[in-house]
Amino acid sequence: MIIIGELINGMYKDVAKAIANREEDVIQRLAADQAAEGANFLDVNTGPYSKSPKEDMKWLVESIQKKVDIPLALDSTKLDVIEEGLKLVKRRAIINSTNADDDKMDKVFMLAKKYNAQAIGLTMDKSGVPNNKDKRLELAAKILAKSIDYGLKAEDIYLDPIVLPVNVAQTQGAEVLESIREFRLLSDPMPNTVIGLSNVSQGTNLRSLVNRTFLVMAIANGLTAAIMDPLDKELVDASITAELILNKHIYCDSFLNAYRKR
Amino acid sequence: MAMEIAQEKYSASVYTVELGAGPETGGTRANVIRVGGESTLPFLFQEGDMPNAPVVGLEVFDCEPPDLPDGLKEAYGDSLKDPIKWAKRCVEEFGVKLLCVRLISPHSDFGSRPVNEAIVFLKACLKEVKVPLVILGTGEQELDNELLAKASQAAKNERSLLGIASQNNYKTLAASCLADGHSIIATSPVDVNIAKQINILISDMGLDPKRIVMDPTTASLGYGMEYVYSIMERARLAAFSGDKMLAMPFILFVGQEVWRVKEAKDSGALGIKWEIATATAMLNSGADILIMRHPVAAKAVMKFIDVLMKR
Repeated sequence: MIIIGELINGMYKDVAKAIANREEDVIQRLAADQAAEGANFLDVNTGPYSKSPKEDMKWLVESIQKKVDIPLALDSTKLDVIEEGLKLVKRRAIINSTNADDDKMDKVFMLAKKYNAQAIGLTMDKSGVPNNKDKRLELAAKILAKSIDYGLKAEDIYLDPIVLPVNVAQTQGAEVLESIREFRLLSDPMPNTVIGLSNVSQGTNLRSLVNRTFLVMAIANGLTAAIMDPLDKELVDASITAELILNKHIYCDSFLNAYRKR
Repeated sequence: MAMEIAQEKYSASVYTVELGAGPETGGTRANVIRVGGESTLPFLFQEGDMPNAPVVGLEVFDCEPPDLPDGLKEAYGDSLKDPIKWAKRCVEEFGVKLLCVRLISPHSDFGSRPVNEAIVFLKACLKEVKVPLVILGTGEQELDNELLAKASQAAKNERSLLGIASQNNYKTLAASCLADGHSIIATSPVDVNIAKQINILISDMGLDPKRIVMDPTTASLGYGMEYVYSIMERARLAAFSGDKMLAMPFILFVGQEVWRVKEAKDSGALGIKWEIATATAMLNSGADILIMRHPVAAKAVMKFIDVLMKR
């Protein structure tokens, strides 16, 4: 499982404050902690309070890379902000994200090509988030076809079926899980699949349990990546165990420890 | 139309383990052996790299084992009575670059001699023979904890390969290897799960994974060799996909297994063939170190390795 650590995001107040005050040690600690707990990528988002997101992105990327050698997922709705990060990354990055609208995809995939980056493709378009798996599948196919037009490889695309909070969109859980299963059939080699996990538990009062349960179900349906909290040890343990049961790793009594030594 | 040959490419490789330390690194060995490092299944040079050829070592005992089959008695003759001479012949006459020394004399089955006598032999061996050593104990846990700790000190800084650590008895040996700069053999009973577990236990003690060699247990041709083969293959494929706790080179005690089966005991000539067949099958399942017993078989397998390594 590819773990994309979600904690460096300006929507969290402490991160927003650290960005505003240029508190490098706060960001670097978040980066180092997530890397130590098994994150494969770190999501970097300047957040809604950022007054100069391009400069903030530049500062975040530089601060993180001074401390840890880990690839980044550059997360913004503004492509010039993402490009600011792409100019600086030392490892191959993920662009987070495009939707299925042609004009957005053109811009994102051009950037991906230019900077040799991977990209997350959200299966939504101008008309919003689909409420069934068929529409999600249609948009996923569209994203994948477009990315191939730009010479990207299927495995460099992370298809995101868009997870919605279980307390407001309860019918969507099963649709998302089935979407993940079917996205895998769209090409060979398979595209990656990703979810913004924490969204499923928004507003619930047992967030960790809801996240953990959904992640295991998604892995069972073939999920290959998740944007999630790597510091939630039980969550990471559950994902390792789910993959063990799917025979992705060889069992041994210390299988959690073994996975973390990878 | 030309057919495209499907090839596998892997992202990870086996650890490279170094055996033997020369004067520049505090030892007295004349040659250093590197094993492992593969990024492909054996000898598939189009798919990946195999930077180090598998290596063959012959075995010597610190006293003549009473139940040696005729085939081996004939091969070594009088030198069985003089283990130093035996060791020197293996290197000088039979040309092996690695020697496996079994210290069995303190065991009750072989005379219960004082541990210190075995250590005296080991020291003499280190003086007279300059190739890297694999050093094994009696196989009895309690005795080996004392014997191998002393052997480890006697061979300090020679970067030998000490064995054998099991899931139930690894701490003393791992501590010795850590203190004296050796590598360790970790054994498992034809079981990939236990193989992985013991590698974790040992590396948790602070021993670098680059100093662990896996003994997946050996079986002779006709006596379950194919089970060993499939376990080795499974471990290797996991290593290539990034499982670092299964990415250690393999050592196979081919001679020990072959020379106790009926066919080898009945006929020395058949025993040689049996040992060659078992060893070559193990090469093709990923063996990095083969510990053999008959010099003719060892020579044939070394020649075979040379042929296989031609790209």
